[in-house]
Amino acid sequence: MRQEGIIHHATSRLLGLIPTLLVLITIAFFMIRVAPGGPFDGEKVLPPEIRANLDAKYHLDEPLMQQYFRYLGQIITLDFGPSFQYKDWTVNELIAQGFPVSLTVGGLAMVLAFFVGTAIGIAAALRQNTAADYSIMGIAMLGISIPNFVVAPLLILVLAVYAGWLPAGGWDWSIQRMVLPVITLALPAIAYIARLTRGSMIEVLHSNYIRTARAKGLPGHLVIRRHALKPALLPVISFMGPATAGLITGSVVIERIYSIPGLGSYFVQGALNRDYTLVMGVVIFYGVIIILLNFIVDILYSWMNPRIRFDEVM
Amino acid sequence: MNFAKSLRVVLVTGLVQLAGCGDENGDFGRPRENRPQPVELVLLEDGRPDPSVLAAEQVVYRGNGDEPQTLDPHRAEGVPTSHILRDLFEGLTTEAPDGDIIPGAATGWNISRDARTYTFYLRRDLKWSNGDPIKAEDFIYSLRRAADPETASDAAVSLLPILNAREVLAGELPVEDLGISLLDEYTLQITLTGPTPYFLGLLASPVAYPVNRKNVEEFGDQFSRPGKLVSNGAFVLKSWNPRVSIELEKNPLFREVDQVIIERVIYYPIEDLTAEVTMFRSGALDWTAEVPNNQFKWLQHYYPDELVVSPWMGSYFYGFNLLREPFAENPELRQALILAIDRKVITEKVTQFGEKPSFSLVPPGIEGYVPFTPDYAEWTQHQRDEAARRLYEMAGYSAENPLYVEIRYNTSENHKKIALAIASMWKQQLGVIATLVNEEFRVFLQNREQKIITQVFRAGWISDYNDPYSFLEMFRTGHAGNDYGYSNDTFDALLDEVGTERIRARRERLMFEAERELLADFVIIPVYSYVSKRLVDTHLRGWQDNVMDHHLSRYMFKLKSRQAGEQAASSRVDSTSSADVPEAGEAPAEEIPAGEAEVHEGPGAATEVGRKADDEGES
Amino acid sequence: MSDSVNTIVDDPFAAAMAEDDVRGRSLWMDAWHRLLKNRAAVISGIIMFVMLLVVLFGPMLSPWEGDFTDWDNTSSPPSLETGHWFGTDAVGRDILVRTLEGGRVSLMVGLVATLVSLVIGVTYGAIAGYYGGFTDRFMMRVVDIIYALPFMFFVILLMVVFGRHIVLIFVAIGAVNWLDMARIVRGQTLGLKNTEYVEAARACGVEHRDIIRRHIIPNLLGVVMVYVTLTIPQVILVESFLSFLGLGVQEPMSSWGALVNDGAQDMESAPWTLIFPAAFLTVTLYCFNYIGDGMRDALDPKDHF
Repeated sequence: MRQEGIIHHATSRLLGLIPTLLVLITIAFFMIRVAPGGPFDGEKVLPPEIRANLDAKYHLDEPLMQQYFRYLGQIITLDFGPSFQYKDWTVNELIAQGFPVSLTVGGLAMVLAFFVGTAIGIAAALRQNTAADYSIMGIAMLGISIPNFVVAPLLILVLAVYAGWLPAGGWDWSIQRMVLPVITLALPAIAYIARLTRGSMIEVLHSNYIRTARAKGLPGHLVIRRHALKPALLPVISFMGPATAGLITGSVVIERIYSIPGLGSYFVQGALNRDYTLVMGVVIFYGVIIILLNFIVDILYSWMNPRIRFDEVM
Repeated sequence: MNFAKSLRVVLVTGLVQLAGCGDENGDFGRPRENRPQPVELVLLEDGRPDPSVLAAEQVVYRGNGDEPQTLDPHRAEGVPTSHILRDLFEGLTTEAPDGDIIPGAATGWNISRDARTYTFYLRRDLKWSNGDPIKAEDFIYSLRRAADPETASDAAVSLLPILNAREVLAGELPVEDLGISLLDEYTLQITLTGPTPYFLGLLASPVAYPVNRKNVEEFGDQFSRPGKLVSNGAFVLKSWNPRVSIELEKNPLFREVDQVIIERVIYYPIEDLTAEVTMFRSGALDWTAEVPNNQFKWLQHYYPDELVVSPWMGSYFYGFNLLREPFAENPELRQALILAIDRKVITEKVTQFGEKPSFSLVPPGIEGYVPFTPDYAEWTQHQRDEAARRLYEMAGYSAENPLYVEIRYNTSENHKKIALAIASMWKQQLGVIATLVNEEFRVFLQNREQKIITQVFRAGWISDYNDPYSFLEMFRTGHAGNDYGYSNDTFDALLDEVGTERIRARRERLMFEAERELLADFVIIPVYSYVSKRLVDTHLRGWQDNVMDHHLSRYMFKLKSRQAGEQAASSRVDSTSSADVPEAGEAPAEEIPAGEAEVHEGPGAATEVGRKADDEGES
Repeated sequence: MSDSVNTIVDDPFAAAMAEDDVRGRSLWMDAWHRLLKNRAAVISGIIMFVMLLVVLFGPMLSPWEGDFTDWDNTSSPPSLETGHWFGTDAVGRDILVRTLEGGRVSLMVGLVATLVSLVIGVTYGAIAGYYGGFTDRFMMRVVDIIYALPFMFFVILLMVVFGRHIVLIFVAIGAVNWLDMARIVRGQTLGLKNTEYVEAARACGVEHRDIIRRHIIPNLLGVVMVYVTLTIPQVILVESFLSFLGLGVQEPMSSWGALVNDGAQDMESAPWTLIFPAAFLTVTLYCFNYIGDGMRDALDPKDHF
């Protein structure tokens, strides 16, 4: 029964991808072209002939709808076109270069946030309303009370420039260069996860079946591990879906301050440079990832909670 | 609960103490005593550095601002890319460390009497990095490619002086009609539309670089990738990791390969200026593209030997929209606003890098040209403020009827500060109520161009070439860059004459008159002239200050570090002394006298990289 | 009838009982009392109140104006002599005044943007949850699609296309933030829809609109209030991110985000430009979070026995 449910569910979700993507593409396409200015504006104004040449080469002189359908046709073959700004590279290449970096940094940050955050949250929940609880949560909340563009330079200053323990930025896939960005990126997520975990763990701990287990004489840590952990972590799992998507598609702040070649800055720079193709490529990529992640989260969620069926999760 | 509060207190105190300590004991990171110092420079008879003072590893790490869009010299734009291209390629002419135009691929040239025909004689032993010989036809091919509308080059503006270039770019004439011709295997001739004294300088810029025909035809748009790119300069492209680094290594087939000491150059595209400084401080960079403004005093204090400031061929000014209220037909008001700005305060307190206040359009430093300065440049600021108030009243404004004006600029720390300063000064001196409008770069450019909503806006110009004409031509009636709506027949006529004047002195006189005309019409508010400013590791030598800010890696070299216990060197050797440059016949083994340590001051002013000056979002 | 009344009046014990009953303690009172017992929330509340006063009235008490450039004292550290208690920034503006004025802007952005997302989110979620069925599925599908769009990208585009008026910042942030609110409200509404009094109301023929207005929405207040209090700090952080990108509030107006961003770049050379605005920002964010958490704990009966 469940097996059929999964397949049916999976197919319908994946099919649902298509209208979502279409809407996404259309909105993004027209929005960015509405923005005043174009990719070839510059302080050094180009003579009209040269301008015309550039526009023709990139099909910018065609009517908008025609450009739109041309683009859709291209997408079907998974060709996102050449970048307007980085003329030597195609969008596919740029995403292929940037994504592994963002994935690594973001993925590691998420893993770190999960383990540290849940640990903190559980520890706090077990000592609810004591001084320890307050202190632990107080520190955790720092993650969402200090903007990351303050934390990052601070860490660099102290750990890289003053102490000289770690490099100040840049990227070469070495562990050293990953440490600071991953930590900076993880901090807010740790705060959210800690808070979520604490809240949900408290709820679970006060529920009836936990009391029963305790009454039966089950030792504390076993109670937690066997009975409390899974249900307590459910909301965390839900949260992690979109959160991971955001993290692995890169954070602009982290990338700029640590000089990391990830996808995040493509979002912002692409929009600011009016690099139409790059922006579209990244937006679509992001959309697909989010949908996939939501899907995975749903599966995980229902696997962890046997009382919920697939269609109810929706 | 009080934990949060106490935590905050701890943090605050900690930070304050951290900062305080830094002040007393010097920069925590690598205080001067701990930084490796270079040995003294020793030169041989021919002016080249004595091998015994050279470091074992001759690699330069250069911070380079924006990521290059492309390494195709004909399609590239922007200053950061041009630095890389100058290392990869060489044109008919090239530049000496001090910016002088010297023979490059050509051994010499002849200029016809009417200054319209140039004949270039190519060296005969030149080779591409793949071994192919370089002949004159390579240059013919390349110039045609640059002018070809198919290439869609936006740097092709530089080629407009060539006969028929405009028509070729517009597609009206075939590329073969471009005013260049092959005289023989190693000789080519270029015909111009009129005398263009800066033409030789143009030939040293990337758009005029040669590209290998086979290379381009084989790989098309991808020819500029590592492993494929064939170039003729001092270095070849070894690797390109977008947004991580671009690595070049010495080209063994370069014509002067024996004189090139640097083995590898690694360019890092770092957008964030503060991050770049941090990387320099931690030893990862030898050379930064720029330095953030706010840190000048601090850097001057802790890194005086490394901080290099020198004049740059650029002018920072604000422009009036002459087509609209309140500035149309209102020269008194415009002049009042020009006078009421205390440029000394701006350059000393706001930008702080030793820029020189300016009342002219063209910056100083162009050989043979002295920019026009209006008489009020000699007054005291007090006098200027008084005159401004009188003019303001004459224009019909007063405390009861203040001027409301919008100051427009694009997103950037520096522009913001200057705009704030100007608004504040106008308010304090005249009572003007100014609104600051900060726009994103492309929006800003569009608004300027359309001239519909702009009133007074940030402008400025960094020159492509070492000639005042570059600054003047955008004020012509109808010029694409004329965002001011300026139209003056006398001015236009003067510029036309400049285009046909062969004699240098007369030409300069004409430009001087044109500048005077422009300034008398109060079209712009000159603020200061640019300086280039960066951090350079004390071990790195061979470069010189030059007003175009072009620094080719092939002249550089690195000294080795002083061993612990050796005597401290003089604080900074004057790098602009000509002894550093490998020139034939220089004085023998000369040690640079101590005491010439100076931070290079100069006129000019701060900020943005490149003439495409203000890329947005530079916080 | 008169019999029972007399009974109550005559019997003092019964009277006392009845009094208690009548005065009673509503759910709200319970929650409020629980909240008051949460020290963190209470202290945060007090701090926020003081902060509000300081931020609103402080600048009036200062001799400096926010846009006054004191050229003799640029980038000077805090001192009593110069009169700049928090020091000055690179163009000589007093940091204390700037921080307070920035606080006005940040708090305003936080409140208004949250309000915008509140109105959109609650309405949307309530309608979806209440009508259920196809309407619900469709509306939630739309939410899913919008969720897949990169939020920041659209805020950036909106800022670029329409300029940087402060009103636009409210709208942009709010318009992108309403999704979570909508989901939560929809969930709650689904639950409330099937309660007895709603059924009764429908049986009486009350219009759907009125049911939503009078029964559903008031019962959502608890959840919504918690969410609002927790959204405000998020919004303030979003605005500070926009400032990082150069798309935040326009000069000469400033916000804590913009001040902190400027200060972060001068961390070593002029730390006071960072420390003071950052301290204000951090404290405010902490307070809102504690209050929100406190409210959530207070409204959730499972937490207490």
